[in-house]
Amino acid sequence: MAVPKEFLYSDDHEWIYVSEGEATIGITDHAQSELGDVVFVELPEVGKEYDQFEDFAVIESVKAVSDIYLPVGGKIIEINEELIDQPELINEDPYDKGWLVKVEIADEAELDNLMDSEEYEEYLEEGE
Amino acid sequence: MNKTPLTQIHHDLGAKMIDFGGWEMPVQYSGIISEHRAVRNQCGIFDVSHMGEIIIRGEKATSFVQKLIANNAARLQTGGILYTPMCYPDGGIVDDILVYRTGDKDYLLVVNAANTDKDWQWIQKNRIKGVETINVSDDYAQLALQGPASRDILQQLTEINLADLVYYNFKEGKVAGTKALLSRTGYTGELGYEIYLSPEDAVNLWESLFSTGEDYGLVPAGLGARDTLRLEKKYCLYGNDINEETNPLEAGLGWTVDLTKEDFFGKERLLKIREEGLTRILAGFKVTGRGIPRHGYKITAAGKEVGEVTSGSFSPTLEENIGLGYIKKELAEPNQKLSILIRGREIDAEVVKTPFV
Repeated sequence: MAVPKEFLYSDDHEWIYVSEGEATIGITDHAQSELGDVVFVELPEVGKEYDQFEDFAVIESVKAVSDIYLPVGGKIIEINEELIDQPELINEDPYDKGWLVKVEIADEAELDNLMDSEEYEEYLEEGE
Repeated sequence: MNKTPLTQIHHDLGAKMIDFGGWEMPVQYSGIISEHRAVRNQCGIFDVSHMGEIIIRGEKATSFVQKLIANNAARLQTGGILYTPMCYPDGGIVDDILVYRTGDKDYLLVVNAANTDKDWQWIQKNRIKGVETINVSDDYAQLALQGPASRDILQQLTEINLADLVYYNFKEGKVAGTKALLSRTGYTGELGYEIYLSPEDAVNLWESLFSTGEDYGLVPAGLGARDTLRLEKKYCLYGNDINEETNPLEAGLGWTVDLTKEDFFGKERLLKIREEGLTRILAGFKVTGRGIPRHGYKITAAGKEVGEVTSGSFSPTLEENIGLGYIKKELAEPNQKLSILIRGREIDAEVVKTPFV
């Protein structure tokens, strides 16, 4: 399973990439593989605000419905509209074309609650 | 958890395994959508060894089977198969099963895995003199070979002439050198066969089918694809679409109920239901808004609850979201506009003719 070095990770298998107070968020390669074929994505409205670890989106595979949790609190500033017609991008390219939302981070200190790539790799191994 | 003789093979193939009614079963290998399409276009093989098997035999076997089931076993010749609900006296469904007539006074009942114990107890409780019943579930493995290429693959492994084996009939003979019961049945709506054999021969048959089927695009398929395939054909799934609280008439299974035959469990009640008229019907719908219907979601019309979803999924063939649900009879007609309540929002849907595919 791919685990890019420059991202941070949550226990619920979301990734976050931070650049100048702005975060891009998605689900990990492990998460998409566990879900199977993604066939539906429900994203929040731009402008909505969420707390850290609050559920903000829903991803459905053929079999399962999963809530997705925001790895950091803040305001939604952009959503990946491509996913509405091409939810399979989450399976095909979870770390790039399959991103979900961009967030204006409320409090960068919350990033300390997340794992770096090494910690996440260990976390995945423990879960095996 | 119960394992089938092929559990290790599923692990080796990298399948995702789930607990299905107490059985460790593969839900998918490469992915539900690709497995689904392989079955519709080429061929797929399913391990369905979890299914239960019960023998009923003896002098009174036919009258006992007739008492248990709603369909008419008198129509069966040896070698014939019948799909039927088995009802309680109140018309609720114990299980939906296949009845194989294996001889003049011999029947094999194939029952849903999760219902095997319940069915066995129901049958024991009602057993009559002159009938022997044996739960042989542990003596059988079962493989389902389904898809347009299934006949060409299987014919290379058996002397049984498959062109002569018509739908809902079976033959006993050898498949890949192994004694087996070969049944022209399935749960996908495609040309297909269900092969019953001794558990110790299952690995050998699985491997023989693969080495022969490789050139035909044969893939292993899991319970996930099995579910989407059956849903597109509106085949009921026990525990989802039918259960002890539903009767076969409202489930659209009237064609499997013979109210003119001798007495059977549920007959009196079903006659009454027919006379009084149905209040709800299991109907198919497609979602025209954005959302996937799931088991248990409410169905509404003009803001009022008018039914409940029993099965729902993305349909890999139609690339639309489809479902089944019990809907008030007067609203269960094709083109009727409805809504499905998904996470607090009413999403547009429309009743459609079934099967979907």
